[in-house]
Amino acid sequence: MIDYDKVIVNAAKEMKPSGIRKFFDIAQKLEGVISLGVGEPDFQTPWKIRQTAIKTLEKGKTTYTGNRGLSELLEEISEYFEDTIGIEYDAEKEIIVTVGGSEAIDISIRAMVEPGDEVLIVEPSFVCYAPMVSLAGGVPVPIATKVENKFRLTAEELKEKITDKTKLLILPFPNNPTGAVMRKKDLDAIADVLKDTNIVVLSDEIYSELTYGEKHCSIAQCEGMRERTIVINGFSKSFAMTGWRLGFLAGPKEIVQHIFKIHQYAIMCSPTTSQYAAIAGLKYCRSDVKKMVDEYNMRRRFVVDGFNKLGLECFSPEGAFYVFPSIKSTGLSSKDFCEQLVYSKKVAVVPGDAFGESGEGFIRVSYAYSVNHLKEALKRIGEFLDEFHNK
Amino acid sequence: MDALINLLKTNARLTNAELAVMLDTDEKTIATCIETLEEKGIIKGYTAIVNDELVDDENVTALIEVKVTPQSQSGFDAIARTIASYEEVEACTLMSGTYDLCVTVSGKNLRDISLFVAQRLAGIEGVLSTATNFVLKRYKDNNIVIIDEETDERGLISP
Repeated sequence: MIDYDKVIVNAAKEMKPSGIRKFFDIAQKLEGVISLGVGEPDFQTPWKIRQTAIKTLEKGKTTYTGNRGLSELLEEISEYFEDTIGIEYDAEKEIIVTVGGSEAIDISIRAMVEPGDEVLIVEPSFVCYAPMVSLAGGVPVPIATKVENKFRLTAEELKEKITDKTKLLILPFPNNPTGAVMRKKDLDAIADVLKDTNIVVLSDEIYSELTYGEKHCSIAQCEGMRERTIVINGFSKSFAMTGWRLGFLAGPKEIVQHIFKIHQYAIMCSPTTSQYAAIAGLKYCRSDVKKMVDEYNMRRRFVVDGFNKLGLECFSPEGAFYVFPSIKSTGLSSKDFCEQLVYSKKVAVVPGDAFGESGEGFIRVSYAYSVNHLKEALKRIGEFLDEFHNK
Repeated sequence: MDALINLLKTNARLTNAELAVMLDTDEKTIATCIETLEEKGIIKGYTAIVNDELVDDENVTALIEVKVTPQSQSGFDAIARTIASYEEVEACTLMSGTYDLCVTVSGKNLRDISLFVAQRLAGIEGVLSTATNFVLKRYKDNNIVIIDEETDERGLISP
């Protein structure tokens, strides 16, 4: 008989299933659940993008593209970087079109992390960084951000965790799940710590288009940082294209040339239809993004106000489409809060600790929903709290 | 102003307090803005979007295409105003294309509507012809899907 235990590598065996997944299974079994748990836009992909995809399918443009991606798309992405963060990346040598931001994260880590290397991961954050680092043999080192610092990373917090084994800093802003953003001055302080080291920054900027107030700023814009930063971005959140699986990365060619080889062998090329569609997105649909942002912004204010009124203190996020209210006043753990809420009022939100230990005491609430939906959910959460306090 | 109008178009029952939060202002400002919009006639009224099938399936609605001869002084206006003034008329719009006015009429039954067309509409001076189209089923109205619950294709929870 086959001994499966010997088949699977330890790194995979030790990988914990995502905390989100577990909670999803609970919510899935109940009927009539309304969710605030989704990490994707409720808008449809702009029609121009979908239409372009249909047209290229009709024309039979369904072969592989170049490994890096379609030249026209690479050019558009290069222009996009210049336009948004004012950095020039060589379309032929410094950009790769990837299968979502996820692949960009994976192959960047694989290209740079060796067994024993320490990787600093700003938390709370998206769930994939630590498992990918561990798979590469690296050691994930979480850096907890704090609500009193608006969930921004401070230079002191960073300095404390740097050792001579530190290889990478994963910097995910605008942040999922907190909605925090880093301003230029915050990034400058981080850049100051890193400039004399050999540490590379993996800057996951997938939510860069979704900021409310100041325009997004990348750490690559800070002095001396372009040469040590891999910027990751994509079409999922900005153009409401999650299912198209299309992202991209950019960085100095000295690093990107090696990441590229992994992409080349593991992936060949990103989905062709999605690539054609994305060209239309960058060319014609930037104004659609603006409209989505205005809509998110209204909902953001509505939800933040709603939670504060319910007595769940809510930091006012400046990016992405999440709020991260504290549930500490209830004395419950994040998990217990979410479970009781979903069982008693059938509202699904995600426990904050799914995004790292420092997320304990918080819940992630997505506002990628209509105002009416948000209103109903807030009403139910209010009822839940009333009943909880009157127990 | 535009943002406020758009919000009210999607849901006119949002309270001033809710509108104020969403638009990052205060209730008083919202109240003043709405008053101004009403005074200027930009906001003409508020209504509910009802799925009539669930209330009264006997009701009949028709869209009537009306061709008219424009009058020398008033063009289409005088005739359109006359038509719009009839209480059976729910909507009256001047159109480009093969006919001139699109008139929406509701009645208890087909007879109601045919009487309206024959006796009131066709008799107006300047009306050349009418074509009555009955509404069979409404799927969407005012941006709201009437016939089905809107479903969320997304899962309940995702990273």
